[in-house]
Amino acid sequence: MTDYNQMEMMIVIAARELENGATVGVGTGAPCAAAMLAQKTASPDLVIMFEAGGISPDLPEMPISVGDSRTFCKASMAGSMSTIMSSCARGFVDYTFLGGAQIDMYGNLNSTTIGDWESPKVRLPGSGGANDFASFCWKMMVMTPQDKRRFVEKLDFLTTPGWLEGGDSRKNSGLPENAGPHKIITNMAVMDFEPESKRMRVISLNPGYTFEDVQDNCGFALLRLEDLPVTPAPTREELSILRTQVDPGRVVIGR
Amino acid sequence: MDVLEKGSGAVFTDPDPDKLRAFFQTKSRIKKDKTMSLALAVETFVKDGDYLGIGGFGANRTPIAACHEIVRQKKKHLGFAGHTSTHDMQILSAGRVYDRIDMAYGVGLEARGLSGCSRKYLESGEVKVSEWSNYALSIRLQAAAMGVPFLPMRSMLGTDTFRFSGAVAANCPFTGKKMALVPALSPDVSFVHVHEADIYGNARFEGIAVADIELANASKRLVITCERIVPHEEIAREPHKTQIPYFMVDAVCEVPFGAYPGTMPNAYFSDEPHLKEWMAEERDPEAFAQFLEENIYGCKDFQAYIDRNGGMEKMRQLRRREFMTDGEAE
Repeated sequence: MTDYNQMEMMIVIAARELENGATVGVGTGAPCAAAMLAQKTASPDLVIMFEAGGISPDLPEMPISVGDSRTFCKASMAGSMSTIMSSCARGFVDYTFLGGAQIDMYGNLNSTTIGDWESPKVRLPGSGGANDFASFCWKMMVMTPQDKRRFVEKLDFLTTPGWLEGGDSRKNSGLPENAGPHKIITNMAVMDFEPESKRMRVISLNPGYTFEDVQDNCGFALLRLEDLPVTPAPTREELSILRTQVDPGRVVIGR
Repeated sequence: MDVLEKGSGAVFTDPDPDKLRAFFQTKSRIKKDKTMSLALAVETFVKDGDYLGIGGFGANRTPIAACHEIVRQKKKHLGFAGHTSTHDMQILSAGRVYDRIDMAYGVGLEARGLSGCSRKYLESGEVKVSEWSNYALSIRLQAAAMGVPFLPMRSMLGTDTFRFSGAVAANCPFTGKKMALVPALSPDVSFVHVHEADIYGNARFEGIAVADIELANASKRLVITCERIVPHEEIAREPHKTQIPYFMVDAVCEVPFGAYPGTMPNAYFSDEPHLKEWMAEERDPEAFAQFLEENIYGCKDFQAYIDRNGGMEKMRQLRRREFMTDGEAE
């Protein structure tokens, strides 16, 4: 068996979701690593977009900022926030990866405050482009450690839309139709959303984990497929490309 | 259009386009030499209580020198548009120069972590906050730029970001679909850092535009800081490269390395150790006060700050980092 850490596992699973020719809006860190890995494996024509304006760069190293020079290095275009977000709004962008301090059973995210908004325990950065990406991109994905403090019954603040209150609530909110949370990738499992209730549902377990492990590290009741397959482990080739070509400095995979 | 929902957040600036038009009617269009020191530009064009716009994005082509000067001159009670505002917000928070903010992204320095001083200032209760998304702020600037009081958009709906914003929701008169309507945002004064400008204010930059064109168009007063002033003939030879025309511009300040310690595309990369130093110093209030004294209040200008932090040799290293030639032999 090949040895790998949990961050490498999540990045590899995420990369496999990005098919060739698709468009993906990413930030820095693990999502960017996943998109770069996809480009260097099955999806050479994956179009990577950064919200500050970079379109399909040939990333020479992991960017530090969503707007640093690397995000438009040898790119198709150094555009603007409006170039990117209006493309998302018009339905041109297939995927996005987002994160947050908290996520609920409908895939809504909090990156604004811990505690009350009026007098927060911790003030976090806010939406940034996350709310826009999640509103517009067809399929929103999240990579995050499986942890009770992150997977919560109720968000302290709903910064970024998932399926809102489930069912038809997102459709009724006025957000663009047929877009929303797609997959949640953690160190323990992969989840999707049950089509009617829009509740988070475990669809595969990462090697070495049981459904009980996932549920014990989640603050709300998870749905599950009856028969849960094991998520295929990262291959030697995937790990080698991730370690030598995507993130040789171990900026992300060393976390 | 009937208002279906209304966010509870304040709208800090007047979205009335006729007031903006009346302002621009009186703004001089004379093509004259607008070069001046950054100190004079801040003194002349930033009034206490003004609403401030800062160009760039997350310590990239951000007018950091201008932020230093605003803090050095101890401006007070400013409003601030925080769209992926990172090191700039950190500086402005350190100086406590603003007391209201349109917050799309702040407090953090992206992958580098959170700024302790921005966080504490926002948690202190001294700052009035309205929530927005990044694109909402760029659309709000676009509305002001277009001379309309609002624009419809389709993000923020259904979220607390909407509920704590100053947006309203209404049904579209053409399709019946629910839209978020966001009010025009016209800063009293904005700073944009570019690579080149002429003495009149015609300005051009390399790399991503972020929302700087919208910001420049929307702002009542506009100060351009630039890496270098070039002859007008240079600009006129390739007018298609001009992104901000002179008549919008009130002052042109030549500030080499004016985005340091952030990145300036094709010029210099961010000084990560120094940004880490900022974040480390913030942890202890006394040490941070001393740090600010040494790096801002006690510096006579931005050049003194650069000299203090490695001067030309540091700038040369950052240039090599930008072009990724720093691993190569000298």
